Amino acid sequence: MFARDILTDLLGKPWGEIIGLTIELIGLLTALSIVVLSLTWMERKLLGRIQGRMGPMRVGFHGILQPIADALKLVLKEDVVPGSADKGLFWFAPLAVFVPSFMIWITIPVSHDLVLANLDMGLFYIIAFAVLSITGLVMAGWSSASKYAVLGGLRSAAQLISYEIPIIMAVISIAMMSQSLNLQVIVEAQSNIPYALLQPLALAIFLIAGVAEVGRTPFDIYFAESEIVGGPFVEYSGAHWSVFFLAEYINTFAIAILVALLFFGGWSFPLMPEISALGFLWVGLKTYLVIAVIFWLRGTLPRLRVDQLMSLAWKVIIPLSFVNIMITATYLYYGWAWPILTLISLSITVTVSYMLYRKITRPALRTLEERLAYAKSYNQSRGQSEVSDAR
Amino acid sequence: MESLLVECLKEFKPRIGSSLDDTIATVSSELIVEVGRKLKDDYRTLCDFLRCLSVVDYEDHFQVVYHLYSTQKNHQLVIKSDIPYEDPHIPSVMGVWVGADWYEREGHDLFGIIFDGHPDLTPLILYEGFEGYPGRKSYPLNDYKEW
Amino acid sequence: MTSEPQTGTPGTVDMMMNMGPQHPATHGVFRMVLSIDGERVIDMVPHIGYLHRGSEKLCEHEQYSQIITLFDRLDYIANFNNELVICKATEKLMGLEVPDRAQYIRVILCELNRLASHMLFYGTFGLDAGAMTPIMYGFRERERIQSLFESISGARMMHNFFRIGGIRYDLPEDFNQRITQLLNELQKGAEKADKLLTFNEVFLARTRDVGIISAEDAIAYGLSGPNLRATGVNYDVRKSDPYEVYDRIDFDIPLGDRGDCWDRHYVRMREMYESIKIIRQCLEQISEGPIMAPVRRIARPPAGEVFAHAENPRGDFGVYLVSTGGDKPYRLKMRPPSFCNLMALRHMLRDAYIADAVMILGSLDIVLGEVDR
Repeated sequence: MFARDILTDLLGKPWGEIIGLTIELIGLLTALSIVVLSLTWMERKLLGRIQGRMGPMRVGFHGILQPIADALKLVLKEDVVPGSADKGLFWFAPLAVFVPSFMIWITIPVSHDLVLANLDMGLFYIIAFAVLSITGLVMAGWSSASKYAVLGGLRSAAQLISYEIPIIMAVISIAMMSQSLNLQVIVEAQSNIPYALLQPLALAIFLIAGVAEVGRTPFDIYFAESEIVGGPFVEYSGAHWSVFFLAEYINTFAIAILVALLFFGGWSFPLMPEISALGFLWVGLKTYLVIAVIFWLRGTLPRLRVDQLMSLAWKVIIPLSFVNIMITATYLYYGWAWPILTLISLSITVTVSYMLYRKITRPALRTLEERLAYAKSYNQSRGQSEVSDAR
Repeated sequence: MESLLVECLKEFKPRIGSSLDDTIATVSSELIVEVGRKLKDDYRTLCDFLRCLSVVDYEDHFQVVYHLYSTQKNHQLVIKSDIPYEDPHIPSVMGVWVGADWYEREGHDLFGIIFDGHPDLTPLILYEGFEGYPGRKSYPLNDYKEW
Repeated sequence: MTSEPQTGTPGTVDMMMNMGPQHPATHGVFRMVLSIDGERVIDMVPHIGYLHRGSEKLCEHEQYSQIITLFDRLDYIANFNNELVICKATEKLMGLEVPDRAQYIRVILCELNRLASHMLFYGTFGLDAGAMTPIMYGFRERERIQSLFESISGARMMHNFFRIGGIRYDLPEDFNQRITQLLNELQKGAEKADKLLTFNEVFLARTRDVGIISAEDAIAYGLSGPNLRATGVNYDVRKSDPYEVYDRIDFDIPLGDRGDCWDRHYVRMREMYESIKIIRQCLEQISEGPIMAPVRRIARPPAGEVFAHAENPRGDFGVYLVSTGGDKPYRLKMRPPSFCNLMALRHMLRDAYIADAVMILGSLDIVLGEVDR
């Protein structure tokens, strides 16, 4: 907005607009790259601390220059293209993944007047473009001429398509609450109560589906390192691969900032600062907290198998998202006081989580005595009760 | 233990011996599958665990040694069988204990013994195209030149 | 059990996927050719032999005290346990009586090695599942144990410490204080490791009812060790055929109920606590004394044959030794537990997913050094 206004005053309508827009887009790309660098540093430090080690320490003070070293290394690596790969698609696939992830950022506001182009249907635009990067992944998998890559590409298509639906549903319920798809209007509608308090179920659904969309543990099966090494990215190296890497971190940041804006009130909760820079810092703080939670999940949990992932999506998350919309609609229709919505939402979240937990952990009998007793009865049923218990 | 073996394997006419605390029964190589099945099913021995299947090269004959163990009765037996050096054949005991599979493949690989009835005697440990049987005493340790 | 894979869905062609010798998930150089239909594994053909060094033939040309170094390198994670088996075999053939103090020290070192081996299993199994924290915890505990080994035997891994008739050196002076501190740290470390992974919901969803093998099939295939105990069969060489001082020590054998991956993991986790218990009892019962039986420098066992076995962390490691009275063995056949455990892999992989294939292979805890010898 700033560059365009200044340049339009200077150069007149068409040229001022075009050059201004170009400058702003380049600025956005630079800002995103710096953000991604900071995210990689933060992830390595945080994961290191979770695992009981220090993380990068040598390059710069506490490893602060490590991301720059990584970027240099990636750029200087030899870009190997497999002989039987489809060269055109192989070259194009990283772009097909990166460009939609970047296009989302055009309409994400970071303060009440800091946004590149505030669209009235901002949320719709974001969701529509987020889906486009899936084709890029499948292209990457197919064009790599490797069985691991094809498997990874297909797995990723299945996973990402399945988890788009809960995101859309969760976002719909938010849009219903604020009666608008404009992101700035949604944020300002939360100046009294953030939507996280009103709809914890929507927050849970959005967070889980968002983590699955980005492809982070526990949902990173499609580029699982220990099975299909790298998945669709297995044949990419050097600068080509760094575009995928950039796209993944931009997506993570996008999900986190959407959580901060849609659920935690962005810059307007609990107080609305006058200076836009302060609002920007406030949003940044909330976003980085959400990102820290996402990294924490990566450090702690193993990854889900692809059929478990899909059954989680289709059997648990999607029905829950429908239920969420129904609750929101009922609440809006009858005009109840807001604690009732919180109560219903929270109780459904807690009940479903507890039921899932019991179903998974019940097969593992917890106490040693129970297990020994079971094994003894099993041995006796085989007629082995006199087997060397003590000899 | 010796009397038990004599009792069980009466019709196979084994030669019973012992070494330290193991009882050894030597039977002829054609009867090895029936001996194995008898030892596995007979309620007095119940040897359901094949501990080890080894091949020893005595330079004029091979000896295949089966170490058997019963998880229910907690006793160990040793069955041996001698086979001639030229054209070594012995029936495979895979039908009795499935766990004999890779032992026999390895025996074929390293010693050249043919286990009749084994479904798949492809090389296990040596690479395809290896000539010779390195486990035999006649195979040199240091004079081997690959090219 | 042919090499020809069978087809799955009619009208489709199965895809052959090679999990080659170089792969982050196959523990060591092991090649699996999977025939997959979508995400399901239809058939599997294993290829081993990438690490074959001809140990059995080498042993026929070396003296008995020289082959202890060869045995170190078989199961390169549980070195002391392998050395124990060859020393046992030779001592049994010679009728040697190992002094008490040496036996207690041997048991302490073997149990510490079992702890280290199970910690490595825990770390790599967590990594196969996708969690990247367990391997850091596991290796930190291993570091503690290995630095103690370094102070005792001089090496972190390939110790060459046991001798025929006893052990090489006595324990250092600060051993008692170091070991008590180490045992407390290991207890806390094992509990922390347990808390992170064993009852984690995602881990349970990945490993429960995956790779089930029944007790009858397990015995038929010759499985041993924690893999067999996970199916519920109470077979542990330390209890059924006690060697060294295990008959004077009181410990339990953890058993599983179903024979799936989680049971194998759980049995190994519990065995870690039992090992700490065993070491504590050994430290109470140990006394001063000689560490080596009076034996000549070059051991010449009389002619005869013997089968000696011990409970390795991976199973029942056996050695069949034929001697003709010389200073070199006539035939030394090793019965490695991972060799037999790997035979059952094909049976366990029926109707598994690809992701499960990696988990099942990890749960068997094989070491290619002893599979290929």
